[in-house]
Amino acid sequence: MSELFLIAINAVLIENYVLVRTIGCCPFLGVSKRTETAVGMGMAVIFTMTLSSGITWAVNKYILVQFELEYMRTVAFILVIATLVQFVEMALKKIMPALYSALGIYLPLITTNCAVLGAALDGVTKNYNFIESVVFGMTAAVGFALAIVLFSGVRERTAGNDIPAAFRGFPFALISASLLALAFTGFSGLSLPL
Amino acid sequence: MDFENILHAVVSLTAMGLLFGIILGIAAKVFAVETDPRIEQITQALPGANCGGCGYAGCANFADAVVRGAAPTNGCMVGGAQVAAQVAAVMGQEPLEVIPQIAVVKCQSNCDNVKQKYVYEGYDSCKAISSLSEGSKQCPYACCGMGDCVRACLFDAIHIVDGVAVVDKSKCTGCGACARACPKNIIILREASCDHEVLCSSHGRGTEVRDVCKVGCVACGICVKKCPGKALSLVDNLATIDPQKCINCGTCVEVCPRHAVHRLP
Repeated sequence: MSELFLIAINAVLIENYVLVRTIGCCPFLGVSKRTETAVGMGMAVIFTMTLSSGITWAVNKYILVQFELEYMRTVAFILVIATLVQFVEMALKKIMPALYSALGIYLPLITTNCAVLGAALDGVTKNYNFIESVVFGMTAAVGFALAIVLFSGVRERTAGNDIPAAFRGFPFALISASLLALAFTGFSGLSLPL
Repeated sequence: MDFENILHAVVSLTAMGLLFGIILGIAAKVFAVETDPRIEQITQALPGANCGGCGYAGCANFADAVVRGAAPTNGCMVGGAQVAAQVAAVMGQEPLEVIPQIAVVKCQSNCDNVKQKYVYEGYDSCKAISSLSEGSKQCPYACCGMGDCVRACLFDAIHIVDGVAVVDKSKCTGCGACARACPKNIIILREASCDHEVLCSSHGRGTEVRDVCKVGCVACGICVKKCPGKALSLVDNLATIDPQKCINCGTCVEVCPRHAVHRLP
């Protein structure tokens, strides 16, 4: 149990995907203008990353390792993730139309979110078992959601600020993202016995 | 790497792809959401501007509401009579009458007419400036001129001219997006048949209006007395035209001593 807790703390804070490992930056910068959409994106990512890390673990163990095809991991995992996102989209539309319309465009966008692929590949290289993989995938996604929601708050607050013309818009977003990332490096002081 | 390795990779990935394809195919059947074909037909007939003038989030939502019976078939102001007829045809109903509407900015507080209270240097937003002592113009009912309505308009039909928003009658579709965006509530939506309007929103007393604005309505009531159609009335210190009674004779424009009533260009 404490093992899983350590994995979670590590994935959310110390090795935060966006802010420390710089994986999944494109939705982080693209969908963070408003907190509302950032929360939607965060929820959608948590949902798919949890499922995908479980399924990719199984695909890796029972197909790729069996046939010695570890070098095909990236291709196979992308296939799994794309299928999963499509499947989740269809299922949500039928079962939970409210959640489906709330997530909207962000659901299909997740296919191209490299954090999802990153979590799947990480779970394999770290030799996690099934439970550990799923917990790692979910908490890494929680870390992503935390980062994007925090960042959207920063961007909303600074939207009306008097910023020098050269820094207006995207440059300012990048600078504030780097400051947020600097703040997160503070967590690397937590040394966990992993 | 020998031939067998390549074969393994190709076969297992193809099998995976096939398997996932079949799963998705089955899922598409299992999770198929039945939609009324009329929703699609009505969406096709609508202008597709997604302006929100009907009160729904977009054209597709309005179509859905029409099919459910929640919205009337003539609910789309932008499309007018033609679209209303098409929508009614899809629904198999008699077309309902559409009264065209336009937006009017009831203010002419340009630089000549109203004095400034302070110089505003800040965020370009009517909402922001109107929260600072009711705007930078001396009249508390005056148009802020920061263009919230211009940004809200999807049809390029409203512009800031000399510090005041002015509606371009030829482009206005009557969707009401500008009226919803205006923090001062000085943009009204009304029947397009009447060409005349009191271009003032001030409910202040005559002396108060006279102090701050050269062209504000002081509620003298001359237009009310002279109007042959009895279309004008004084409501809360402001002359108001009833567009349904207006016969476009222009008497009110001639008699108004403050030049507050105008024929819309």
